[in-house]
Amino acid sequence: MPFDVIIIGGGLHGASAALHLALRRQRVLVLEKSMVGRHASGANAGGVRTLGRDLAEVPLAVAGMELWHGIASLVGDDCGFHAHGQLKVAESAAEMQALEARQASLQALGFQHEELIDRDELFRLVPSISRACVGALIVRNDGAANPYRTTLAFRARAQVHGAVFREGAEVTRLERLEGLWRVTTPNGCEDAPFIVNSAGAWAGRMAAMAGDTIPITTRCSMMIVTERLPHFLEPVIGSQGRKLSFKQSDQGSVLIGGGHQGHPDLDGESYAINTRNLALGAAAALALFPQMTGVRIVRSWAGLEAQTPDNIPVISLSPRLPGLVHSFGYSGHGFQLGPIVGSAVADLVTHGSTNLPIGPFSAARFQDQELAI
Amino acid sequence: MFRKLPDGSGPRLTVFVEGQPVAVSEGDSAATAALLAGLSATRASALGGQPRAPYCMMGVCFECLMVIDGLASQQACLVPVREGMRIARQPSRPAIAKP
Amino acid sequence: MTTSEASFDLVIVGAGPAGMAAAIEAAQGSMSVVVLDEQPMPGGQVHRAIEQRKYTGKQSNLDDRDGAALVQAFRNSAASYCGGTAVWQIEREGEGFAIFVSSGDAARCLKARRLIIATGAIERPVPMPGWTLPGVMTVGAAQILLKTGGNVPTGQVVVAGQGPLALLYATQLLAAGVKPAACLNTTMPGALDRALRHLPGALGDIGQIGRGLGFMARLRLGRVPLIGGVSDVAAHGDERLSAVSYVAKGIRREIKADLLLLHEGVVPHTHLAMSMGAEHRWDEGQSCWQPRLGADGQTSIEGLRIAGDGAGIGGWRIAALDGRLAARAMMRELGRETVPSLDGAATVTLRRQRQRLAGLRPFLDAWFRPRAVLLAPPDDVIVCRCEELTAGDLRAAIRQGCLGPNQVKSFTRCGMGPCQGRECALTLTTLVAAERGITPEEAGALRIRPPLKPLTLGELAALAPTGA
Repeated sequence: MPFDVIIIGGGLHGASAALHLALRRQRVLVLEKSMVGRHASGANAGGVRTLGRDLAEVPLAVAGMELWHGIASLVGDDCGFHAHGQLKVAESAAEMQALEARQASLQALGFQHEELIDRDELFRLVPSISRACVGALIVRNDGAANPYRTTLAFRARAQVHGAVFREGAEVTRLERLEGLWRVTTPNGCEDAPFIVNSAGAWAGRMAAMAGDTIPITTRCSMMIVTERLPHFLEPVIGSQGRKLSFKQSDQGSVLIGGGHQGHPDLDGESYAINTRNLALGAAAALALFPQMTGVRIVRSWAGLEAQTPDNIPVISLSPRLPGLVHSFGYSGHGFQLGPIVGSAVADLVTHGSTNLPIGPFSAARFQDQELAI
Repeated sequence: MFRKLPDGSGPRLTVFVEGQPVAVSEGDSAATAALLAGLSATRASALGGQPRAPYCMMGVCFECLMVIDGLASQQACLVPVREGMRIARQPSRPAIAKP
Repeated sequence: MTTSEASFDLVIVGAGPAGMAAAIEAAQGSMSVVVLDEQPMPGGQVHRAIEQRKYTGKQSNLDDRDGAALVQAFRNSAASYCGGTAVWQIEREGEGFAIFVSSGDAARCLKARRLIIATGAIERPVPMPGWTLPGVMTVGAAQILLKTGGNVPTGQVVVAGQGPLALLYATQLLAAGVKPAACLNTTMPGALDRALRHLPGALGDIGQIGRGLGFMARLRLGRVPLIGGVSDVAAHGDERLSAVSYVAKGIRREIKADLLLLHEGVVPHTHLAMSMGAEHRWDEGQSCWQPRLGADGQTSIEGLRIAGDGAGIGGWRIAALDGRLAARAMMRELGRETVPSLDGAATVTLRRQRQRLAGLRPFLDAWFRPRAVLLAPPDDVIVCRCEELTAGDLRAAIRQGCLGPNQVKSFTRCGMGPCQGRECALTLTTLVAAERGITPEEAGALRIRPPLKPLTLGELAALAPTGA
């Protein structure tokens, strides 16, 4: 039996788990239905942030930030990571109050990384932003990276340490046989004591195939990229009152996201852009940067990922089934968690537990919920 | 690089290419005007600042991006000339207005 | 057109022969129809500016006359026409389509029950050394300059390539009093012999072949150097073209040049159809993607038909027939049975006409087959003009594990520039295929993402639902 762990899903979370497990001398096989980084991992906005996370995610994200700041030594590639800060701007006194309340709740938990700034500091950091803004929350050492490049870097480093990646290998059956998992693909079967379910938008199906019922829906967030422009923006911009993420890449192009939804097609592994919703993203960007009205959109796209009912991921051992670790449901904010969660998954596989703060992400929390895949 | 045959191809008008007046005819595109003006490069490429000029003249290649009447990144081969039009080379990174 | 959210029985994208013929037919059947085209005037490429021009010389009199008549009939029909209107996205909406367009810097949405894509053909990309230099253009580009406004090159003009259009333009130039410095013919040795087995089928349109021979005779009479068996064409210059080199009969020569005009045939403009997800297949005879079509241009998408060169290169007369057949099929679908001319016999006649004309194509395709070096260029040749990537850059990505064009795109940014693969996607597919030893069909096509034309943020934002 050649493998200790079979990872289902070759996105960033699968590749990160593969690397951390391979570093601990586990013999790893990653089965990817299509191509590594094909879906959410290659399509997301690339935001690397602790800012604005659900309180349940904050400890994990803060721990993960240290890995990002040393990403080159972990995977041998800087992944295009820059840390010029992430901001969440307020356009009114009421929004500013909401930001103040947020900062207070974090401080109550002992976290200082989110900092309230006033208009003057905002305009000093972001000279091009609309003067209608009144302030912001900032995390100064948050930033952004290149998602596809990051995913490929994790794969490459995992392969260097012996992990095997198979593409075009869709898992069609999962069954327990004599204390092992038998994983069937069109190319044959493999057995291993442990499997990791990091199948992204298809993870609910994988869970069900194994025997776990975990409700997820499909998220299909759209992105816009513009023509290249002279450099005008360093930090990543978000908004308290609008669905918006706005950043300028090192290529000069501007990436606009915010979670506006397209039409997913899970079976077809594809999607259709919803132009009216996309227009909302453009409108939000122009509300904060009105001078961009004549800037041209070169391309739009979307990614397919899993959305949980409570908007936080599932990272845990299966509550009922032995030898199964779940890592999915990142609901639009999984990129930054990729490097650290791989380590948690490796802990769960090799030790059955982890010191990393993944308590709130247990699959058991859905045990009483109805099937809604 | 190009000149107009003399025997009248429709009403003539004047546009400005890099500030210089150029005689064109109705139906010509802004890209045509740039070629008639004798420009060899009409833009600097976005990455390497390489000299580029119209290639297909039918809206497919996007090499003819120019700044027309102050608006950047227009496909000049798809913009019909109008009297007094101002046509300029596209820099590799077109400027956006300050707030 | 000023109404937004206007609704039509039929929207046709492309005001070339196929689009115009389809519109005329549909309007006769009392369908509400609009033709959209980003060019300011109808006619497509072959009948460019036909309502105005006089500079094409005697050679294409018959084509020009018939083309002008078609445009006139289109203008006189009840079909609406929106020139200067670029389609940048089409979405499925209920049983029909929502078509997003831009004109005059404002975006709007039209609705249609049925859709015909008639976006015609584009020049095959010619990735050769120096092709991005100012002073290198396509023959089609030069012909557009001639047809629209009577603009001719100054200085030394070299035409390099193969196929009827190259010769046609050279003779048009000669007729306008400008003598090309040389016509370099890149047809492969033995290609004509290989093509001859298709000659019987070509006899249905033998007139075309006669015309081609006539072009060559005229050029010889005008003392234009015609050089055959040419390979390794390269453009040289610092900031602009100054010379063209080539190999003929084993000898490398270099000639001074101010303008190099390239032509290696035309290929279907599949961008819009691919963006909608219509199935395509690789055609080995034409070395390009073609939509998978049923009868009368039916695509894999219900309610969508393709007519004209966008379905497969056939020339303008076939395109017009295809347009009529597609429109008639749609009228039958929408229950417009009352049209007198919509009888089965008329349709059969159209189909037979089409078949006769189509026999020429395999002969031309075999004769003017592009050289393999254009499909998989040497490492130092630029493939993606927008992102300034060479064939070597793409091969490096393939060697690092990017197995298909979309992975190469994600890794290198090939196809992510403004042209969105229009000039590089074909080469990307054939280069991946050659590098991996697989067929282009197996390699697959570049995925096309909207918007198909780079509209501004302001234009898009204006379409946001209000009250959101």
